[in-house]
Amino acid sequence: MKCQRCDRQATFHITDLIDGKPNELHLCEECAQSFLSPSEEETADVMPAMAGLLAQHLAVGETADELARLDQRACPLCGITFLEFRKQGRLGCPHDYVYFADELEPLLMNIHDQVHHIGKVPKRCPQGADQQTQLIRLRREMKEAIATENYELASELRDKIRETNNQSQSSETSEDQPQ
Amino acid sequence: MGLSDLANSSGEWLKGSGPESDIVISSRIRLARNLADFPFISRTTEADRAEIEKILHGRINELREAGKVPSETYYINVGDLDNVDRQFLVERQLISREHAESDGMRAVVIDREERFSVMINEEDHLRFQVMQSGLNLESAWQQIDELDDLIEQKLTYAYSDKLGYLTACPTNVGTGVRVSVMLHLPALVITRQIEKVFRSLQKINLAVRGLYGEGSQAMGDFYQVSNQITLGLTEEELTKKVADVVPVLIDYERQAREFLVRESRETLHDRVSRAFGILRTAQTISSEETMHLLSSVRMGINLGLISDLEIPTVNKLFIHTQPAHLQKLAGSELESNDRNIERASYLRRHLDILGPNDPSQN
Repeated sequence: MKCQRCDRQATFHITDLIDGKPNELHLCEECAQSFLSPSEEETADVMPAMAGLLAQHLAVGETADELARLDQRACPLCGITFLEFRKQGRLGCPHDYVYFADELEPLLMNIHDQVHHIGKVPKRCPQGADQQTQLIRLRREMKEAIATENYELASELRDKIRETNNQSQSSETSEDQPQ
Repeated sequence: MGLSDLANSSGEWLKGSGPESDIVISSRIRLARNLADFPFISRTTEADRAEIEKILHGRINELREAGKVPSETYYINVGDLDNVDRQFLVERQLISREHAESDGMRAVVIDREERFSVMINEEDHLRFQVMQSGLNLESAWQQIDELDDLIEQKLTYAYSDKLGYLTACPTNVGTGVRVSVMLHLPALVITRQIEKVFRSLQKINLAVRGLYGEGSQAMGDFYQVSNQITLGLTEEELTKKVADVVPVLIDYERQAREFLVRESRETLHDRVSRAFGILRTAQTISSEETMHLLSSVRMGINLGLISDLEIPTVNKLFIHTQPAHLQKLAGSELESNDRNIERASYLRRHLDILGPNDPSQN
């Protein structure tokens, strides 16, 4: 296939989203680079646009089918799909970093040149992903229970949320030594 | 409500003191944090946001009551503010434009001296910053590190061993830290070297933006230099990366100023004097022109070309002549034309009578 912007062989197949609709582009390496790299105007204010722009980088090399499948996967906790993330550049919950780990890794590599944190560690580390996300899950289930008018379940879930909150609070008190 | 008090004061970062304050306006460091047990803001319900706000606001109050943060703080529900007040906080750099313009329950806590501000329910649940006058990044890092430890004592942040602090946008993940220094670089602009400087900064992964984060044509020749990456380096290394480049930029700016003085002293003196003249006598003036002229005046003071005006006054005028500040100071909403007239009047009042012993600087 020929590049849509010059006569060279198209080696990059890019799906660009225009107003939420996918738009296929087939470009040679040089044209793909100029398409993907920000114009001078954009580089001056690159931070807000960066996530969206780099999300586009992800599309390089993926076929439209693969992308479509990838985009439909939704985080079981917050419900965000990868497509929604690609459109708005913001993730839905901490668990997305686990659920979309494979897709996010090249993006993180692009942004930071690194994929491992070596900085500050909080003193109260969440103990494993389960505990970290349990409350998010419970709250979501409660919201759904209320929406379907299953008030018995909602009230059970409310108690569970309270219990979980109390547990973490009692462990907080013991850790919070006076200075 | 303390917004009117704030409008009349000028805040720590405008003091014009601190190391290298002829060129470095302020140093600031911000941290992005999220609570582990809530979704990120874009997937929260209004009830979630209210709960997050309650938890974080409650935690700040506890710290205040325990004397761990300054007792004189303002709590402001940003959603309750009118447009002018929201814009006022943006002009003052106490909240982001995004925080001003978004919807739903969101708040900011500011201390009286404007040394720190805590945004609740911005892009992340918690975004707090420490501001200092002049070049003081190490001390700013120590302060914000302590504040982070204090807030965290009773809260669990979203964190992963591999990726560090988890943020709504992957551009902030890891340390969640943004280290930035605001510089006044008029001579690099006049000598047309500023673009070259930007390109070399971008090559070492530092971002450059204008006073309010806008694009290439920065207002008043103010530029903010900050770290672009947040993952894979420690907070100290990221701070050092910015701190190391600032002396180089200061040196370039000083060399450019010396060049201008040496090669075209009369032209430069003329430029500065005309700028001062217009600001003291104009009857109507736009915000852009004001910033542009104040920039020349500020450099003129630093080069000894203007003697009866002081840097803190000029720093203050830069901010107090912004649209929302003018309206707060005038006590009423003004249309664009009326603002230009009010701005000129404000400048005449503050530049004609002021000498080194100006009582209104306090």
